Amino acid sequence: MTVLVLMDESDASRQALTLARKFGDPRSVRMDAIEPFAPDALAAALAQAADELNASAVFAAGTDRGNEVMARLAARTGLPFAANCISATPGEPVSVTRLRWGGSLLEEARLHSPRPLISVAPHTVPEDTGPRPQDVDMKPPAEADLVVRVVDHVSPRNGGVSLAEAKVIVSGGRGVGSKEGFAIIEDLAGLLGAAVGCSRAVTSAGWRPHSDQVGQTGTKVAPDVYIACGISGATQHMAGLKGAKRILAINSDPQAPLMLNADYTVTGDLKEIVPAISAEIRKRR
Amino acid sequence: MRVLACIKRVPITGGRIVLTEDARAINTQHLGFTMSPHEECGVEEAARLIEAHKGDSVVLTLGPPEAVEQLRDAMALGIDRAIHLQTDGQEWDAEATASALTDAIRADEGPSGRFDIVFFGNESADSGGFQVGARVAHALGRPLVTGLKKVTVEGASVRCEQEVEGGRDVYVVPLPAVLTVKEGLNLPRYPSVPGRMRARSKPVAVSTPARPAPRLELVRLAVPAGQGRRAESLGAGAAAAPAVVEMLQKAGVL
Repeated sequence: MTVLVLMDESDASRQALTLARKFGDPRSVRMDAIEPFAPDALAAALAQAADELNASAVFAAGTDRGNEVMARLAARTGLPFAANCISATPGEPVSVTRLRWGGSLLEEARLHSPRPLISVAPHTVPEDTGPRPQDVDMKPPAEADLVVRVVDHVSPRNGGVSLAEAKVIVSGGRGVGSKEGFAIIEDLAGLLGAAVGCSRAVTSAGWRPHSDQVGQTGTKVAPDVYIACGISGATQHMAGLKGAKRILAINSDPQAPLMLNADYTVTGDLKEIVPAISAEIRKRR
Repeated sequence: MRVLACIKRVPITGGRIVLTEDARAINTQHLGFTMSPHEECGVEEAARLIEAHKGDSVVLTLGPPEAVEQLRDAMALGIDRAIHLQTDGQEWDAEATASALTDAIRADEGPSGRFDIVFFGNESADSGGFQVGARVAHALGRPLVTGLKKVTVEGASVRCEQEVEGGRDVYVVPLPAVLTVKEGLNLPRYPSVPGRMRARSKPVAVSTPARPAPRLELVRLAVPAGQGRRAESLGAGAAAAPAVVEMLQKAGVL
């Protein structure tokens, strides 16, 4: 039995391969087989290869690109698609466990399908260490499948430390109180060489740009230290913090969810505490 | 120009998710509801496009009778009218949802003409299936671009910026098109009081499609085990600053 996998060079692809091997002997379609990126052409290639190989299932990494191509494959083939799975067991039906709410909730589900389409949530499954699967032969894409393709790339303005890559993040929530209130957050971030982050309440209020937002619908971060100032810790925010090594929560409410999910806490008024930390760092220099 | 925004009613989960006794849903007894965050930006974008180009804006949802609240919210932001595919509260899988939405779009386009743009959120906040937009686009035979942070109508086509690592990829596709958007596309306005008043009298067309058996069938939900963090208090108030700095030094970031 053959299983088809959409692969690129990412760790997430090799994690998807781990689950795919339970469904057969893997063959791959490379994400970069069609350049520039044209998701309909990749979906068409997967559909054709799956038919030719009589594939038992099709897998991809649950990345933006992976989920996008799989969704198009699902639409094109009229098959159900289970996105962001953390486990999958062959059978009729196939049993899967998948992430909901950006990982704040798990769903056990049955996938009733002659050819399960499954994406694997990144960093939830160990990486496959076996040999790289052999690529399938692909025909040139049809014109109609190239209507949607990347025609250009624009780079972001160069400003400060990237949130997704930052080793330290100083983040503010509703408790910061105002746009101007972020001056003390920026000051501390400057001393630490840190990126500034914020919660959804802050971007909705227009205090910070959305590019600073950490959470389910913002950026997912993985710093060594995350300093959360005046953030209550709704699931929306916590969904972005799963990769943080250490969390320091500063909040006047000791029962705030973030205070209960942190590694370190300081209770009190962030408007006194944050400047005191900055002053202490300056004193020691 | 005609623009459609598709939305989904979801609970505001707050700090801790509590499940119902049968573990098949979130216990929403004490929760408020909203539309998924990405979709709110789709609604705002639809309202802005019609303000700029004139025409007709519509909001569409599949959901329980209470989802009319989210339709009214969308109309308070400036959308002209609503279509409500009413359910009995049971969850529909992505395939069935897309099929019902496609039928409703076709039915509305028959007398009124096709939508130039159909907006979806990139994924719903709750089930996160990442596929309803793609299924509707395919059924309608229209190009789909996903994960957008910027949308610019340029004559008979639309220029789309998709967020990717290290910047944005650009697509230009002909209209009509289906676009899935992400939060950050715009900053949705706060609905004005007159906007809310007007929304109350805007039309909502209701129908009740039949729910097919799901092929991605929910068995049960579970709250993942905690990450085992046990918070260590570094103190209270400004007096905690030295302990914080020592922690930062120990962590190797200072």
